Amino acid sequence: MPRKTMIEAIRDAMDVSMGRDDAVVVFGEDVGYFGGVFRCTAGLQQKYGKSRCFDAPINELGIVGAAIGMAAYGLRPCVEVQFADYVYPAYDQIVSEAARLRYRSNGEFTCPIVIRMPTGGGIFGGQTHSQSPEALFTHVSGLKVVVPSNPADAKGLLIAAIEDPDPVIFLEPKRLYNGPFDGHHERPVTPWSKHPLGEVADGHYAEPLGKAAIRRAGSQLTVLAYGTMVYVAEAAAEETGIDAEIIDLRTLLPLDLDAIVASVQKTGRCTVVHEATLTSGFGAELAALVQRHCFYHLEAPVMRVTGWDTPYPHAQEWDYFPGPARVGRAFVETMEA
Amino acid sequence: MAESAPLSLHVPEPEVRPGGTPDFSNVPIPKAGSVPRPPVDVDAKDIRDLAYSIIRVLNRDGEAVGPWAGTLSDAELLEGLRHMMTLRTFDARMQMAQRQGKTSFYMQHMGEEAVSCAFRKALLPGDMNFPTYRQAGLLIAGGYPMVEMMNQIYSNERDPLKGRQLPIMYSAKDFGFFSISGNLATQFIQAVGWAMASAIRNDTKIAVGWVGDGSTAESDFHAALVFASTYRAPVVLNIVNNQWAISTFQGIARGGSGTFAARGLGFGIPALRVDGNDYLAVHAVAKWAADRARKNLGPTLVEYVTYRVGAHSTSDDPSAYRPKEESSAWPLGDPVLRLKAHLIVKGAWSEERHKQAEAEILDTVIAAQKEAESHGTLHAGGKPSVRDMFEGVYAEMPPHLRRQRQQAGV
Repeated sequence: MPRKTMIEAIRDAMDVSMGRDDAVVVFGEDVGYFGGVFRCTAGLQQKYGKSRCFDAPINELGIVGAAIGMAAYGLRPCVEVQFADYVYPAYDQIVSEAARLRYRSNGEFTCPIVIRMPTGGGIFGGQTHSQSPEALFTHVSGLKVVVPSNPADAKGLLIAAIEDPDPVIFLEPKRLYNGPFDGHHERPVTPWSKHPLGEVADGHYAEPLGKAAIRRAGSQLTVLAYGTMVYVAEAAAEETGIDAEIIDLRTLLPLDLDAIVASVQKTGRCTVVHEATLTSGFGAELAALVQRHCFYHLEAPVMRVTGWDTPYPHAQEWDYFPGPARVGRAFVETMEA
Repeated sequence: MAESAPLSLHVPEPEVRPGGTPDFSNVPIPKAGSVPRPPVDVDAKDIRDLAYSIIRVLNRDGEAVGPWAGTLSDAELLEGLRHMMTLRTFDARMQMAQRQGKTSFYMQHMGEEAVSCAFRKALLPGDMNFPTYRQAGLLIAGGYPMVEMMNQIYSNERDPLKGRQLPIMYSAKDFGFFSISGNLATQFIQAVGWAMASAIRNDTKIAVGWVGDGSTAESDFHAALVFASTYRAPVVLNIVNNQWAISTFQGIARGGSGTFAARGLGFGIPALRVDGNDYLAVHAVAKWAADRARKNLGPTLVEYVTYRVGAHSTSDDPSAYRPKEESSAWPLGDPVLRLKAHLIVKGAWSEERHKQAEAEILDTVIAAQKEAESHGTLHAGGKPSVRDMFEGVYAEMPPHLRRQRQQAGV
């Protein structure tokens, strides 16, 4: 099977979707001629023409607002917001419009759009190129939220997102674009070409939204993670020797609660890991669900390891980022509780 | 170095507040027929002055004059009069129904009926409006059943929106009427996106965005103009300047710009100002702008100069912020009376027929109201099910919502 980086896999997903359905259009800042600052849309304008893939003004509100209008017409826009940190001008369009259009019009108008955006830190991007705003979207009824952790999933999930009848927020952990980064920033990252999940099937396939994947089977502790934190958790499990079962949620909404409950009922312990800030983060939802559904199986409090409740700093990036050492300590604490 | 004088903040104020004498002497009203009618393929830079004037067709004597006259036949004008009268009667009945507790909220059009009623007649089947809450004339003039509107207002068992939306936030796709959001200006850029999609698919349909004077201050307005300008979207962008954004006079949103239409000039978008109380002028300008869009010549920005005679909504009392007599001093008159006078001058109408029509329309509206009320009102009779509350959030109900619905016992 061909090996691809996550960037190539994401591009392939859009390429396949545009080839199959001419209602799929792709646009965003620097997305057309140049192919995106992370190159995710490179070549699409040349292949599908300027009316299917084009540059947009620097106006995230406009990009999402126009996409909503296009979707109401009958297109399937897949738009890029250059960094998740830039999505806030579009927040009203996403929350009040895209997410509610089907509901408020009783299905007369629908909004099958995908909003792709690079998320997370680890590239010395400072506070404006590092944020993980997933909880701002999981809190909104009417949205779906996807965070892939590898090329194979990224392609299948993005195709599923484009084909989904409802709006999907597609967060791409930018630190994973070129390899499965495990938080050891002092070492070079293994390229996807050397990782089994870098194998990406050609042509069309869709990974259903709402299904988690077990990345490491284990018996002592359930780890709930997504995106970059999947690999940080793997490293922490190796380094602590704790037999952790690592669940890659892949889709935060809808959430694969069955997979979570089955694992926690087996292990009796649960640690939630995310890069976003702690307070009111998605980990709070996960912890609440685990206590509600697994309370009598729990042998320890549900622990959360996350970014600190500060803006994402620049120089102190690796003190902020929940790396393998901090995640490992949380595993040990959960085991000893 | 010279010493600096202390700075002071400028906060615009309307000419008159409650207790004062209404004064519109600062609103220059050009003579009917005096504004030229350029060809639709005109370059925006050659008609900059149209953004500062007011296109008018009906003069004080009720005659249609000038280059913008003649887009409608007598039969069409009579139909237009009936639409405006229907909307006014509909409003009066629904306003009363709200006072009687049959619904929670209502917004009327008093004084602005010509804008949406006349505009609708310039569109073709398949075109899409992205309206605000004060364009129900698009539905009335588009032939949408009044009883459906009332079912929505009453949130009753026949409410096409299943009780999910505030009254008057209609949605009527088959009638070219996009779901009203209630958040201001959000739909302006969506109209541009819809129009871009039509162009992407090499379709022939056009879109229409609607916004009020106050909401032009929203960033969405700017986004819409940027996108419309950049991609030359086949869209008509309508600003209904009814002078008041709840209690805030139009000068707060307009700032130092002479007019709202002038906002289009920096984007290279042809911008026109039109007498919003002149059914003939509204239709002529709407047709001009729609023709431009349909010929792939790009967007047009139109400012309708009108006056909100009624309160902003049933939750508003305008006597707290503007003189009570201000509406009668408004120099552009009443749209229904002006079209009525024109038709009488033409010999196509009479006082007697007008009275008769008023009575017929009232009967029709009351009949629709009775039918709607037989299906329930907000607090009495049939209503949408609680189960409906959980439906339609997604195409397929996800597990967490299914669990919550079970929890709710429905």
